[in-house]
Amino acid sequence: MITGFAAVFFYLFAVIMIVAAIMVIAARNPVHSVLFLILVFFNASGLFLLGGAEFLAMILLMVYVGAVAVLFLFVVMMLDVDFAELKRGMGRYAPIGGLVGLIVLAELIFVFMSVHFSPAGPDAAVTQPVPAALPRSNTQALGDILYTDYVFYFELAGFILLTAMIGAIVLALHHRSGVKRQSVGEQVKRNPQTAIEVKKVESGKGI
Amino acid sequence: MHMDIMAQFMLILPELLLAAGIVVLMLIGAFSGERSYTVITVLAIGVMIAAVIMLITLPLQGTAFGTALICDAFGRFMKIMALTAAFIVLIMSVGAARAGKFDKFEFPVLVLLSCLGMLLMISAGNMLSLYLGLELHSLALYVMAALDRDNARSAEAGLKYFILGSLASGLLLYGISLLYGYSGGHIDFTGLSQVLRKDPPQLGLIFGLVFVLAGLAFKISAVPFHMWTPDVYEGAPTPISAFFATAAKIAAVAVIVRLVIMCFGAAAPVAGSMPAWQQIIVFIALASMFLGAFAGIAQRNIKRLMAYSSITHIGYILVGLAAGTIIGVTSVLLYLLIYAVIMLGCFAFILAMNTESGPVEKIDDLAGLSRTNPFMAGAMSLFMFSLAGIPPLSGFFGKWYVFSAAVQAHFVVLAVAGMIAAVIAAFYYLRIVKIMWVDEPKGRFLAMPKELQLVLWLSGLFTLFYFLAGIWFLPWAETAAKSLF
Repeated sequence: MITGFAAVFFYLFAVIMIVAAIMVIAARNPVHSVLFLILVFFNASGLFLLGGAEFLAMILLMVYVGAVAVLFLFVVMMLDVDFAELKRGMGRYAPIGGLVGLIVLAELIFVFMSVHFSPAGPDAAVTQPVPAALPRSNTQALGDILYTDYVFYFELAGFILLTAMIGAIVLALHHRSGVKRQSVGEQVKRNPQTAIEVKKVESGKGI
Repeated sequence: MHMDIMAQFMLILPELLLAAGIVVLMLIGAFSGERSYTVITVLAIGVMIAAVIMLITLPLQGTAFGTALICDAFGRFMKIMALTAAFIVLIMSVGAARAGKFDKFEFPVLVLLSCLGMLLMISAGNMLSLYLGLELHSLALYVMAALDRDNARSAEAGLKYFILGSLASGLLLYGISLLYGYSGGHIDFTGLSQVLRKDPPQLGLIFGLVFVLAGLAFKISAVPFHMWTPDVYEGAPTPISAFFATAAKIAAVAVIVRLVIMCFGAAAPVAGSMPAWQQIIVFIALASMFLGAFAGIAQRNIKRLMAYSSITHIGYILVGLAAGTIIGVTSVLLYLLIYAVIMLGCFAFILAMNTESGPVEKIDDLAGLSRTNPFMAGAMSLFMFSLAGIPPLSGFFGKWYVFSAAVQAHFVVLAVAGMIAAVIAAFYYLRIVKIMWVDEPKGRFLAMPKELQLVLWLSGLFTLFYFLAGIWFLPWAETAAKSLF
């Protein structure tokens, strides 16, 4: 149970998060929707921080805000998606969406009940004991394992990402000829002698 | 437990060499621009040959990084075979890459990346390193299939391979997660095999085993997970199809053999008959042999025909694996060696099918080849007879090994079915021979490049004189097979 100062922040983050989540689907402008989604992620990471999971909080910010949400923004702004057209079908799909929402809600309630209302008490469902006081931060704990016991797999995963990068470049990079590009070297080399030409223009005539 | 780190690095020296080579070659390529293709290819071939020499001269054994990698005689045999096939393909690809305008320096780098993945997955000792190695290997293959990106068929091949391959990876991962959960947290092969040994077998473990085998069956293109093979072989540039048919196949078979023997081999029988893995392997072996044999009959494109032929041959290889004995694994290794050599020869032939107006792929374009180019026609006839299993060529010995292993393990019906499938498949091999020697010539092919001639000669000689050299390979394969048990 969270009490005191932490509780204030918990309710602050939670309320803002719920309001922002509602705004994600209620906002008319899709750009506003994405911005509200970013607000949801920020508050969720605040909640993680309160729970002592600072690694998860930072990863949420970096991955979801830094990459996914920005990607959404790019898609929304660069692709010409007709959202008015998309929203027209909302009435038809609302029952299915509502049903999915109800199922998720029911599942969440069942999970909650199985933990808190089982006959053996709330502690019976927890098979792994939660360490009471953390001797070190969980970022450090994760790093200790990732860079020692699992360093081979970590490096191998790095090679897989390298392959993905090479593949993307090989398949998507086209060198077009005849495109005018900025050449910094050429620009820096220019000086008044080479760039300016003085012409004597006789009066009454053009160049 | 904590082995000396240097000793562990010694065990994976060939892999380290490849990894360093990849990074260095990529940097050279990136800084020296578009025209560095030839230099990078030569260097890549050099790196692979150095790795092969290292594997031959340093017969180290042991495990590295906990249970991640197992270095044993089986792994060495497979790695040497896969790397040799890979660098021969790279040698063959130079001319075709120029002509097909995909002579980018990334191509040899991708081949190296794929080879690194192959080496790691061949010696994988737990599910995590198996998956990561397989993914590194496959990801490079997906890109290579689409390398000729301006060609719609190549792009289609890449996309198809990528989507279906991802699906197979998903199946594999799901199976691994089931095995991990139901075995109580084991991902290493030895730990899993101890859990699988318990009688009666757990349903969850069998589910996991089925999913894992389905994912791997996709990688070796066994029926019913073969759909991608003809389209990818046909669409991908020919040298890359050759890579798929030889090196990639060797590595995938190595993985399935190691997993089945080391991990699933000890599994208790289901309902008093065979263990679950054996039932699956027997089924996909039968299905692959027959589907490949029948579907190949209708093919008019030689690359598609090779794809169906490879499906049939995977069926024969699985017959040897189904036996699950030392003799069975020995037969798998020898079959793979014989098959890979013939496939290299066949693809050298296909790469040489160039007319004035460009490369051709139709079987009918071979009409009357014996009169216009008797050397090519003779070599190809040799390969076709060998694939059909006519003695005394190498293909006959391959089939002899797998079928005798199956009979010794009391799979007589499977062996007989395999022989029937071989007779059916002989039809399309012999049809090519007939078209080359009997039909009227339609046109002539351009002169064959030197490197293709060399590959054709070597693989032809191996095929022809295997009955003399076979004695020499048999003990080597036996040692390799024994190291798995």
